[in-house]
Amino acid sequence: MTFEPVLLRRTSLPRSDSIDVYLANDGYAALARALRDYAPGELIGLVKASKLRGRGGAGFPAGLKWGFMPQSDGPKYLCVNTDEGEPGTFKDRELVEKDPHQIIEGAIIAAYAVGAERAFVYIRGEFFQGIKSWIKAIADAYARGFLGQNILGSGYDLEMSVHRGAGAYICGEETAMISSLEGRRGEPRLKPPYPAEKGYWGQPTLVHNVETLANIPHIVNHGAEWFASIGTEKSTGPKIFCVSGHVYRRGVYEFPLGISLRELLYEHAGGVPGGKAIKAVIPGGASTPPLTADQLDITLDFESLEGAGSALGTGAIIVLDEDTCMVDVARRSARFFAHESCGRCTPCRVGTQRAVDVLEAIEAGRGVPEDLDRLEALCHGISGNTFCPMGDAVVSAIGGTLVRFRDEFEEHISQGGCAAPA
Amino acid sequence: MEPGYYAEMDPAKRAMLLTALYMAQEQYGYLSREAMERVGRRLGMSPREVYNTATFYSMFRTEPVGRYLIQVCEGLSCHLAGGAEDLVAHLEDRLGISAGQMTGDGRFSLQMVQCLAACGSSPAMRINDTLYTNLTLGQVDTILQDLEGRP
Ligand SMILES: Cc1cc2nc3c(=O)[nH]c(=O)nc-3n(C[C@H](O)[C@H](O)[C@H](O)COP(=O)(O)O)c2cc1C
Ligand code: FES
Repeated sequence: MTFEPVLLRRTSLPRSDSIDVYLANDGYAALARALRDYAPGELIGLVKASKLRGRGGAGFPAGLKWGFMPQSDGPKYLCVNTDEGEPGTFKDRELVEKDPHQIIEGAIIAAYAVGAERAFVYIRGEFFQGIKSWIKAIADAYARGFLGQNILGSGYDLEMSVHRGAGAYICGEETAMISSLEGRRGEPRLKPPYPAEKGYWGQPTLVHNVETLANIPHIVNHGAEWFASIGTEKSTGPKIFCVSGHVYRRGVYEFPLGISLRELLYEHAGGVPGGKAIKAVIPGGASTPPLTADQLDITLDFESLEGAGSALGTGAIIVLDEDTCMVDVARRSARFFAHESCGRCTPCRVGTQRAVDVLEAIEAGRGVPEDLDRLEALCHGISGNTFCPMGDAVVSAIGGTLVRFRDEFEEHISQGGCAAPA
Repeated sequence: MEPGYYAEMDPAKRAMLLTALYMAQEQYGYLSREAMERVGRRLGMSPREVYNTATFYSMFRTEPVGRYLIQVCEGLSCHLAGGAEDLVAHLEDRLGISAGQMTGDGRFSLQMVQCLAACGSSPAMRINDTLYTNLTLGQVDTILQDLEGRP
């Protein structure tokens, strides 16, 4: 498949991050059109018709979420989620560093559609370059009249500012992000109420991933029908896939949702080094269960991956060749989640740490047959019993690997350790 | 959310907390007791509340770190690309410390951290504000030599 990129169209241009390059390549045309030709409600209708689904992991329909924002006059906010930290994911960093104005333009249109008066950009504290990109891009957008008072003479005002996280993965979860923006510990809050109802300081707040917002200008420029014609019936539009692990050409790829995994890996990413076979593929970031080698013909869209017992997640594809130890993969994911558990609820905090201990024992050759039951029981105890969806992520990653590669876990136990080549 | 969650708090001040902590950390090198007390006074918060929030975030340090803070990604993609433990072992060897420690002269601290969103160009590590990608052990040596030669 050849596909003319939409979201990554400008990223190979020299100085692609500058406002001048953006303006010379259709930049801010969609904003002008949105403010001139659309009432806010019509924009919500347009995004609903495009069937755009969120790119931050959960795939919730964007237009529907916009529609949940109350029409009342009180303060409303937009949060731009740049907290990308799910292992395997590096698309948002690319968008922020190489084409920040595309996101800003999408964010202004979204804010206008829901009547938000302020937009907060929450960025991972570790993204030093991204923070600089955001600050410069926002300042330039202000200087050219795309932000601030009376944007492009429309009478609409929007302030936008950058807020730096400080090294907590959980702050990517929308309610934890709001806590952090308020200057608190980044602990998630129980939903409902959803942020669209009670968000920043208790006011209606729309939260979107960077990539979701980057799609908005294109929908305004080319129409909902054009957008919905890309991808599948239920997963519309272009998607950025992050490919890492055992492939020749690692990196970001943009294709319509619904591209086959095999095509992406073998025709575009160059296949596996050394001509080795693939053992497993993690399709959507560390929190999604791995696919097995017989599932490579799957198409990459929300519905197919869900049907296969996994998830599209963030579109972060990690390729594991035949020599990879799956116990080690599970152990690494478990370590990640144990490290990042915010500690607020016991099943997640304690359950994940116990899972790490068990997996480390198995990996080190100290495993006993009961350990597998113990792991299953731990997953069972976490599943559905945590405050936020992080618990489910843990279970997907650990339980999902155990179910599919149980024989490998058993082998570790019976043979006293890992037989995979180091 | 508990009732009264938003009561008795000045939103404009409270929301400044992370920014204030970054500024204090920059100034003092780490968040000493004194630094957190100062932040609390400025924002009308008790030292305990400041401490309680600051310690939630791994980038806020309550102890000094070396002039060069080396953070090696231990994520899956970095491991698959031959990084993570191998890189750390090499650095431990070169610096004569274990991950989590600081060299005696206070020049280098070594830590393992989670995914740096550089998985497509892994293995990756960060030293202070700079991200290094596609690392080989040879490159690590060159980077260290360069830093060792600086004042
Ligand atoms: C543990 C956890 C971490 C998350 N991290 C991120 C993140 O880094 N970036 C992101 O956009 N969404 C993240 N999310 C999803 C957000 O809660 C939220 O659904 C998303 O930002 C909504 O944007 P979207 O509708 O545009 O996808 C995370 C969710 C969970 C449970
Ligand atoms: S796993 Fe190391 S940068 Fe993502």
